[in-house]
Amino acid sequence: MSVTTLSSHTLAHRQPSWLVRLFDYKPFLIVMCLAPAIGLLSVFLTYPLGLGIWLAFTDTTIGRRGIFVGFENFQYLLTDPLWWNAVFYSVVYTGIATFGKFALGFWLALLLNNHFPFKSVLRAIILLPWIVPTVLSALAFWWIYDPQFSIISYLLVDVLHWRSSNIDFLGSPWPARFSLIAANIWRGIPFVAISLLAGLQTISPSLYEAAMLDGASAWQRFRYITFPMMMPILAIVMTFSIIFTFTDFQLVYAITRGGPVNSTHLLATLAFQRGIAGGELGEGAAIAVSMIPFLVFATLFSYFGLARRKWQQGEAND
Amino acid sequence: MTDTAAQPAVADAKAAPDTMAWDSGLRRLMMIYLPLGCFVLILLFPFYWMAITSFKPNAELMNYRDHNPFWISSPTLAHIKHLLFDTAYPRWLKTTMLVAIGSTTLSLIASTLAAYAIERLRFRGSPYVGLGIYLAYLVPPSILFIPLATVVVQFGLFDSPLALILVYPTFLVPFCTWLLIGYFKSIPYELEECALVDGATRLQILRRITLPLAVPGLISAGIFSFTLSWNEFIYALAFIQSGANKTVPVAILTELVTGDVYQWGALMAGSLLGSLPVAIFYSLFVDYYVSSLTGAVKE
Repeated sequence: MSVTTLSSHTLAHRQPSWLVRLFDYKPFLIVMCLAPAIGLLSVFLTYPLGLGIWLAFTDTTIGRRGIFVGFENFQYLLTDPLWWNAVFYSVVYTGIATFGKFALGFWLALLLNNHFPFKSVLRAIILLPWIVPTVLSALAFWWIYDPQFSIISYLLVDVLHWRSSNIDFLGSPWPARFSLIAANIWRGIPFVAISLLAGLQTISPSLYEAAMLDGASAWQRFRYITFPMMMPILAIVMTFSIIFTFTDFQLVYAITRGGPVNSTHLLATLAFQRGIAGGELGEGAAIAVSMIPFLVFATLFSYFGLARRKWQQGEAND
Repeated sequence: MTDTAAQPAVADAKAAPDTMAWDSGLRRLMMIYLPLGCFVLILLFPFYWMAITSFKPNAELMNYRDHNPFWISSPTLAHIKHLLFDTAYPRWLKTTMLVAIGSTTLSLIASTLAAYAIERLRFRGSPYVGLGIYLAYLVPPSILFIPLATVVVQFGLFDSPLALILVYPTFLVPFCTWLLIGYFKSIPYELEECALVDGATRLQILRRITLPLAVPGLISAGIFSFTLSWNEFIYALAFIQSGANKTVPVAILTELVTGDVYQWGALMAGSLLGSLPVAIFYSLFVDYYVSSLTGAVKE
């Protein structure tokens, strides 16, 4: 008797809240919580990634399902001077731009690590190039690089009288390549500087005090304290920077669209030109897939950077 | 100090930090303020140039002999008026705003739940799920846009802003999840345990304890997502065809750049107006933004 009343009592107590109880059941809750994120990422990231690799092995064009053609697309790319050109420029672009961004960004971070008035305002202003839409600042650069009305040419020719003729920034291959690299460095400095500044601020001042007691010079303090302490964060920021510089699209598409005479094509712009504008989805996908080995290399770089940091600190921390 | 013998040693000790901080006036000026000034000048000049071009009449724009190009003698609103009334610019702004807000909301919901599950519900393999989501951040859009275009067409979403709202979370969710995991980590477990003892369900704990404490993290993730989706270009370029549905960055480049004679005034005015919303949004939440940027890197 007492047992039945108890169970009916608990039943009555539990009945209305079965939904609440279901959501309090841990495995169910975990699945429900992960479902939106995992769902979105699987449908719009993992599946397209796989599909992209599949497309690279087919001759799909817009409006026609392709058939499997094996390595034909890649064989064609290997004989295509434009692809080699894009690989060459992608590597040059990434190499020089990354070096420039990190040299100047590190310098800026060191400058910002000093004490001076209005520091937070300055830090906020410096990030502006990074938060403004890249295409829009690229348009400003396009205007700055105008063959006739370039403000840089004006400065050099009419104000400083260093040159007698305007600079043709975007008209011939090498000046165009370096103009794009300069714009990329301009856009990348703030991110590098602010990230590295955060790293600099975690270095304990007592290390510098100890070094100074031992009579270390400014260069030695930088070389043997700042630089090694910054290695882990440098490795991470650099990996991100390399990945996103190598796959850059916006700057080149906005300023030169790959010209003059296809000399400034990056792999991403070439893939867009062939895949979307030209309709050769299979070939475009093959160009995009050909970026992956470079990215894997950069990611491994990041992984070993992280591993090294854990090893240095002697404990598992994140 | 009273001991005269100790005086030189004290002076020596004082001199050392001085040289470290470069406090000698001129040296400090040359080593810090001068380079810093150059950096600020170069980093901000394109914006100054953009702004000044938007308000210059065409006659001044193309004549450096008679007008100093660094200043405007007779500012005009003609370019902005042209932009707002003769083009679909207001419409583009509206679409961009819709896409940015939609994708930000979607990614915030998805990543809050995911971060909560990974960091607080802790199950076997949760670190691997976290790592997987982090790796998703390393897949750049340039690799994905071609297959994604076919996926978008399959779903019948081609040329619809909804496609962008659904696709942008692919790069927003990894970042936000990673950021929020960091924030959730900083909230003491004891608070949740107390609530559990008091009979709260896990969803109640999330809503009433964890989320209110993670508000700074949510704001950081929100503004970061907003600016990233406002700035996104390659997906918007590949998935949107009709002029009316374009986002601002794409529309300026494809609709305003016409023919061989570029209307630099209108182009720069469009860039300025397109940059302002993010710039204002950013200036309101600068500290959150900087902390999320640096926090995500440190994670």
